[in-house]
Amino acid sequence: MTLIATLADTEDGPSSPYADLTPAMTPVQALAESNRCLFCYDAPCIKACPTGIDIPAFIRSIATGNLKGAATTILSENIMGGTCGRVCPTETLCEQSCVRNRAEDRPVAIGRLQRHATDRLIDGEPAHPFPRAAATGKRVAVVGAGPAGLSCAHRLATLGHEVTVFEAKAKSGGLNEYGLAPYKMADDYAQREVAFILGVGGINVEHGRKLGADLSLDSLRADFDAVFLGVGLGSNNRLGIPGEERAGVEDATAFIERVRQAPPGNPPAVGRSVVVIGGGNTAVDAAIQAKRLGAEDVTLVYRRGRAQMGATAWEQELAQTEGVVLKTFAAPKEIGETTITFERTRLTDGKLSGTGETFILQADMVLKAVGQKLSADALDGLQVTGGKIAIDPSYRTTLAKVWAGGDCVATGEDLTVQSVQDGKLAALAIHSHLTA
Amino acid sequence: MADLSSTIAGIHSPNPFWLASAPPTDKAYNVVRAFKAGWGGVVWKTLGEDPPVVNVSSRYGAHLDTDRRMIGFNNIELISDRPLDVNLREIMEVKRDFPDRAMVVSLMATMTETAWAGLARRIAETGAADGLELNLGCPHGMCERGMGSAIGQVPEMVEQVTRWVKNAVNLPVIVKLTPNITNILWSAEAAKRGGADAISLINTVNSIVAVDLDAMAPTPVVDGKGSHGGYCGPAVKPIALNMVAEIARNHETRGMPVSGIGGITTWRDAAEFLALGATNVQVCTAAMTYGFKIVEDMIGGLSNWMDEKGYGTLDELSGRAVRNVVNWNDLNMNFSTKAVIDPALCIDCGRCHIVCEDTSHQAIRIDAGEGRRVFTVVNEECVGCNLCSHICPVPDCITMVPEQTDLPYVTWPNDARNPMRVPEAAE
Repeated sequence: MTLIATLADTEDGPSSPYADLTPAMTPVQALAESNRCLFCYDAPCIKACPTGIDIPAFIRSIATGNLKGAATTILSENIMGGTCGRVCPTETLCEQSCVRNRAEDRPVAIGRLQRHATDRLIDGEPAHPFPRAAATGKRVAVVGAGPAGLSCAHRLATLGHEVTVFEAKAKSGGLNEYGLAPYKMADDYAQREVAFILGVGGINVEHGRKLGADLSLDSLRADFDAVFLGVGLGSNNRLGIPGEERAGVEDATAFIERVRQAPPGNPPAVGRSVVVIGGGNTAVDAAIQAKRLGAEDVTLVYRRGRAQMGATAWEQELAQTEGVVLKTFAAPKEIGETTITFERTRLTDGKLSGTGETFILQADMVLKAVGQKLSADALDGLQVTGGKIAIDPSYRTTLAKVWAGGDCVATGEDLTVQSVQDGKLAALAIHSHLTA
Repeated sequence: MADLSSTIAGIHSPNPFWLASAPPTDKAYNVVRAFKAGWGGVVWKTLGEDPPVVNVSSRYGAHLDTDRRMIGFNNIELISDRPLDVNLREIMEVKRDFPDRAMVVSLMATMTETAWAGLARRIAETGAADGLELNLGCPHGMCERGMGSAIGQVPEMVEQVTRWVKNAVNLPVIVKLTPNITNILWSAEAAKRGGADAISLINTVNSIVAVDLDAMAPTPVVDGKGSHGGYCGPAVKPIALNMVAEIARNHETRGMPVSGIGGITTWRDAAEFLALGATNVQVCTAAMTYGFKIVEDMIGGLSNWMDEKGYGTLDELSGRAVRNVVNWNDLNMNFSTKAVIDPALCIDCGRCHIVCEDTSHQAIRIDAGEGRRVFTVVNEECVGCNLCSHICPVPDCITMVPEQTDLPYVTWPNDARNPMRVPEAAE
């Protein structure tokens, strides 16, 4: 594998491999854009938001100069509104349903406005906007300090409960910290947001605590009044082809985590020719980030077509704009020393099959992004259905006193915004249970 | 192509767009730029007797929409603060260089014949003024010294000043009226009795345009304090239109040449003033918001619209809407119009529904459609109020369609539902 040094400041590249893809709005931009909002009645954008943020209300507040009110409106439904403003696929959610599309083909930039409002509050307001209710004396364990866990913990804390969060990794934030490409989630925002969320009080995070290692569901159920599992999807799917164990072959999530955790001045080296396998957002994230880190050729290969890709059309175009080559209808067969062999595929009546025709790509770095799955090791006693923890409509698992939400359950797409909603609704369900 | 040349009180200009007496017409530099940009005439900023007034620092306030569009504007500036002979010399120079443009000079003085007649003669002696405009309307500062609206609010004084100036000089005299009165007709009739050749209106509306919530003082803030000032711009146009129309349909003042002023920003605004009887228009705030270049679209837009409608001259257009301005008691009680929503243009914002539901007649129904809502007017509930059509963000999506009825034109005094109805004479 040939590793090349990162090109931090090439003439035709981005100024930094960590630069914000979509920078914060200036106040003037926010003023102009907020005035495009029509303040719809029962607005379609609200219905399209998994957390149900009152979007016209917060945008109106931006237009009137009530930024604190705008942020409070957002955060009251989505405590990670700052992250979601940055990383939500708004083109398939709120902005897709914006009525401005109909006559003008350009939605209000809801995501960017949301970031504009929340940034001011999170970076500028000393006091947490949501006070805690009187102490209930109830104690809740939350496993996982990712979006679902922190959302659940925050809502429980505001309702007066004491929360202990158990997190295996050294930092809180989950995929916000470890799994989002830096160009989407620049600088230390994930940690600033965590600090803001914990600022509500009543939440204690214990790091280095992992279910199945020094924690068991049984002991948590014995020690706490309720348990919430926001454990995400812990393991990556394998390609199952020869050469997968070679050096230079890595899970895309691990690559992004290495990039995210590297010191800003010293990002990890990338291959000269990088091949990313997969068609989802993680694949696109990894491909673009590799390109921004100086890879000469980045090819994203997906076994089905553009229409079947998990990545949105906007993300596919972004990848191409950033110089990533998209190849579709090709499945990996074997990884060699500096090459990877693909077989062309075809879809017949929705069924994928190989054509027998193969081609070879140069690859000194192969990033695998073919999906993640639940690590079911430490979930003894829980029913798992379709690779996800089974829950009822109020997020209750099949085990008494245990609720679950986020990517480890099947409530919607595996998105930050869905996890935040799961955590919030599970917290309300737990609260009802504890105060019944 | 329509002929836009204009004549009011014998004063000619190549088009009906004049700059009103205000900061844009304060000195030769600005006026030359205005004439080069195409303005048909100016009313030079009000001259007073020497020594010139002294202005304060911080002079303008604004009423802005949330997107910073100018809704209204106000000022606490006084009349020209430059020496009289400087202004007169510049007026002569500009008129010499732009002989085809209207050069009207505004003046203001205390309530004595000597003052008004003396000032009017000084201006007339330049030979450069095509006419005079008497400033009887300034609602701030000058009125505290017995001038401006202090005179304009008393019809007898309006008449007297007009007569003094008419007797002193042989120039067309335009009397500029203040809207800060109970009935504009009293001022207009007084000007006519005094011999005015034309009237212009409206001057600014007395106002506090905004409060600085940090300084806790009205804007513009002058060292922690503020004063009421003159309000103008788009927001005052409806007030001005009504006053122009009142004068046009009043028996005593009908036919008096009127120079329309008040929030004119587009050619369409100008056309509306002309339709209500104005002979020409004067503009200030729009120029102070966008610069002089806006006159190009005013001229072009008015000309194209007149061509489209078949108006060859301004005279053919002027006053065309006056006959349709009536009292409420002359409206047809049997007329009925209903809102119609075009689903092809609807963008699904729901605003028509919620404003009707919350604040009007509960006459717009929501049904589920293909991936969107369908809004339908409930004819039995719709009273034809127009609210939905006004707030709809899409032009022509909601239109008002008159109902076909065979009912006669019946006014309220004759309406059977009127308990005070005067019975018609025995048949």
